[in-house]
Amino acid sequence: MSGDSPLVILQNVTFAVEAGETLAIVGASGSGKSTLLGLLAGLDMPSGGKVQLNGKDLFTLDEDGRARLRGELAGFVFQSFQLLPALNALENVMLPLELTGAKDARQRAEESIAQVGLTSRAHHLPKHLSGGEQQRVALARAFVTRPRILFADEPTGNLDAATGAQVIELMLELNRAQGTTLILVTHDEALAKRCGKQLRLAAGQVVQ
Amino acid sequence: MNLLRLSLNLLRRDWRAGEWRVLLLALVLAVGSLATVGLFADRVRQALQQQAQSLIGADLRITSTRPFSPAYRKAAEARGLQVVQSRTFPSMVSKGEQVSLSEIQAVEAGYPLRGKIEIDDGNVHVAQAIPARGTVWADERLLRRLDVQAGDEVGIGARRFVVAAIVVKDIDQSIGFSSFAPRVQMNDADLVSTGLLQQGSRLSYRLMIAGDAVQVKLLRTELEPGLSGNEKMEDVRDARPEIRTALERAEHFLGLAALTAAILAGAAMALAARRFVLRHLDGCAVMRCLGAQQGQVLWLFLYQFILLGVLAVLLGGLLGYATQALLVESIAAMRNASLPQPSVLPLLKAAASGFALLLGFAFLPLLQLRRVSPLRVLRREMGSPEVSGWLIYGLAVAVLALLFLWHAGSLKLGIAVLGGLLAGLLVFGWLAWLLLHGLARNSFYFQSQWRHAFNNLARHGRSAAVQVVALSLGGMALLVLTLVRADLLEAWQGKLPPDTPNRFVVNIQSDQLQPVRDFFVRQSLPSPELQPMVRGRLVAINERAISGDSYPDPRARGLVEREFNLSYMEQMPVWNELVSGKWWNKSGAGELSVEEGIAKTLGILLGDTLTYDVAGSSFTAKVTSLRKVEWDSMRVNFFVIATPDLLQDFPASFLSSFYLPQDKVRVGDELSRSFPNILLIDTGAVIAQVRGIMDQIAQTVSAVFLFTLLTGLAVLYAALLATQDERSHEAAILRTLGADSRYLRSLHLSEFAVLGGLSGLFAAAGAVLLGWVLARFVLDIPWQANLSVWVIGVLGGMAVVMLAGWLATRHLVQRSPLRILAAD
Repeated sequence: MSGDSPLVILQNVTFAVEAGETLAIVGASGSGKSTLLGLLAGLDMPSGGKVQLNGKDLFTLDEDGRARLRGELAGFVFQSFQLLPALNALENVMLPLELTGAKDARQRAEESIAQVGLTSRAHHLPKHLSGGEQQRVALARAFVTRPRILFADEPTGNLDAATGAQVIELMLELNRAQGTTLILVTHDEALAKRCGKQLRLAAGQVVQ
Repeated sequence: MNLLRLSLNLLRRDWRAGEWRVLLLALVLAVGSLATVGLFADRVRQALQQQAQSLIGADLRITSTRPFSPAYRKAAEARGLQVVQSRTFPSMVSKGEQVSLSEIQAVEAGYPLRGKIEIDDGNVHVAQAIPARGTVWADERLLRRLDVQAGDEVGIGARRFVVAAIVVKDIDQSIGFSSFAPRVQMNDADLVSTGLLQQGSRLSYRLMIAGDAVQVKLLRTELEPGLSGNEKMEDVRDARPEIRTALERAEHFLGLAALTAAILAGAAMALAARRFVLRHLDGCAVMRCLGAQQGQVLWLFLYQFILLGVLAVLLGGLLGYATQALLVESIAAMRNASLPQPSVLPLLKAAASGFALLLGFAFLPLLQLRRVSPLRVLRREMGSPEVSGWLIYGLAVAVLALLFLWHAGSLKLGIAVLGGLLAGLLVFGWLAWLLLHGLARNSFYFQSQWRHAFNNLARHGRSAAVQVVALSLGGMALLVLTLVRADLLEAWQGKLPPDTPNRFVVNIQSDQLQPVRDFFVRQSLPSPELQPMVRGRLVAINERAISGDSYPDPRARGLVEREFNLSYMEQMPVWNELVSGKWWNKSGAGELSVEEGIAKTLGILLGDTLTYDVAGSSFTAKVTSLRKVEWDSMRVNFFVIATPDLLQDFPASFLSSFYLPQDKVRVGDELSRSFPNILLIDTGAVIAQVRGIMDQIAQTVSAVFLFTLLTGLAVLYAALLATQDERSHEAAILRTLGADSRYLRSLHLSEFAVLGGLSGLFAAAGAVLLGWVLARFVLDIPWQANLSVWVIGVLGGMAVVMLAGWLATRHLVQRSPLRILAAD
């Protein structure tokens, strides 16, 4: 709400993504891309509407129910990496496994770190890693649970072009290897074109 | 760019955003508690001082056996001070056939300058003047002995006086041997007419001076060097060793309470400053990016800190003033005691301490902001530039050390507590770090959220250790306040048990020893321990003759110029403590034991030989032990004790102290009648006064520690707040990764349980240690820690930290994770 008139961020957005598909949500700044992603992942609640994830209506679940569903199904990659600063790279990757109480968390995290090529940096804290390395740790963390769906919010937004390109290649490769559904928010038209589907937003509405 | 104006604008914006509140709160609490403690202590100290002054009836007193030079009075009056003189002498007071030896005190108008005399002239009230001419005031002992009532006439010398009033409460009575007799107070203008002022009468003169403290001090320095051998100058501190110890203990206690508050405030501020710096790294980076120079950034925040400091000092001062006033009002004994208004000095002291704390605990962290790299704008993950840890800790320690010495008011206490505290902090911090890592390493034995909690704590090892140490400080204050204090005070007050001797009986001759013992048995009183006393003068140390001129110190000179009371015995009195050397065995011969204080004053060392002149013949003996004497034990104490062989052939008189229950007061009068030469001295009033001061101090300490408790809670609050951003961020990421609220809650509670339990354990250890230090070095009492300190410490620590932590983090599991992550 802003003043007396309601502030509309998203309106009349309807679409479906099938398992294994890749979708790019594109649009200008403030068009509501990230808000839409947050709603799709159940990180936020809408004033109205419905999101079904793997056949479950997200908003009939309470926050804890949504959290458990995320833990089971989803992986995340953020523009600002969102690594826990006090944990080293390996521990950050172990975290989602530890949450589910997995006994082999360390071993699986080490494998995942190896997949993104950071074995030698596994025991460094995030502040001692470059942006590209941090985002690779974030990718390892996202894929370590073998998620059915991956949500990526401007994954290259904080990276230079060359590093960004490497991260994208890595992400798409992992995605292909695991057959993950990918929903990606981006400014980058070239990146959007590499996804199976594109959803273009302007002022909170689908324009294409 | 006008930096000051920009600072003000930033301060306003930050204020709206709530950024300064924590730091301000910590600083206001710091200044507030220091001011409260300072103001309160100042009032109590003034009150104690006044009470003590009332014991000598003045701020400064000169006594002599000869009339004073008129120059003294002139010098005092020139400084705007009040002066009155009293003349005291022993004389018979008669009523009909009965006579009683009494102490007659002739006083001038204005007496007493300090303290109040309560009289009963039909109703009990504070005397507004001195006895009118032709009348006297007498104390109850005289009335009992002569069977006199108010309104009767008594004879003193050549005159008859009407007993106009009974003195209910007197001042100016020292435990000297002169005050054995009943006391009669008369108007000095009547003295000549009694005809008792003749050549050879044993008059003792007292010149009493009071007024502005600085002028009194200056007068003392002016007159002291010119005093003649028979003139003695004293203020409350030299006059009464037992009052002096009580006062000094009070100051130690209060100083210590102030210290605890200062340390806790420092801890709270360090936590708050760290949070402030972390939250402002981005803003500084942007400013640097936009062209601000390092110096400009520094001044920008420095101005804000100074403004904050001024504001906090003002608010804290107000808070302190208001709380101490409330405090005084809430304690009945203090409300009725009409405490003097506090001086402004404690406020200034608290303000200066506040700025010192700001400098020591917030300035260097702040300095980091100056060095923020503008690159941080692009790479937020770049950490904060590190100022050398040694520099930060060094400055904090230096500031604390200065504050300690200042607030403790005693070098020994300050260094002991500071040293113990720093060592404790380091050891406890290191232990906490070690334990947390140990738990993490063995975490596979535990359930998932415990494992996660242990790992989390170990991964934040350093900051968790800091939190544990800060919380243990608060907990320690709490435990000291509640359990340890009660134990200590009980033990301390136990030093003056109800059956503390309240009568001295002196001048018993050797042939009266058995009859006196029989008298006590007949009265169903325990037989007194009668100790011999021989008068002797110290004439040489290590064969070198000494005289008053050998010592520049007037106290030492006085000691050498008069005769000492010497005693001899086989066993050391149980209320004395051997400090060095060895007490002699039964066959010991030619040995001396000296009280350590007088040994220091006179420069006597263990192994020295002393030569005494006793009744014209002399003996020399070796000092084989030094003793510590408890002057407030109300027992017979001797500076010098000899082996029996040295003194038993000299004529001796015997003395003792004993407890006379209230319902047997008349036994004293009967003793005086049965043995007219024996002097009975009533010390009950002094004991009551010392015990009164002790009670007041006990209450004061309880009240003052309340503020330490408040500051301790502020530390807990600041510690939780300091980690809240991090926790909030971590919670959001964890929830994104699939953690539900139950998991987060149990994760947080497990962490708080470990933090609280460790803090409680360390708090208990610290409290026990502090209690022991207080008991051993400050209060000088035996003390054993109670087991409950440990149990309550650990369980209480867990409960309090878990509750506070739950309150502080419960909303973290409710806010949308997207909003928290998007806010980065």
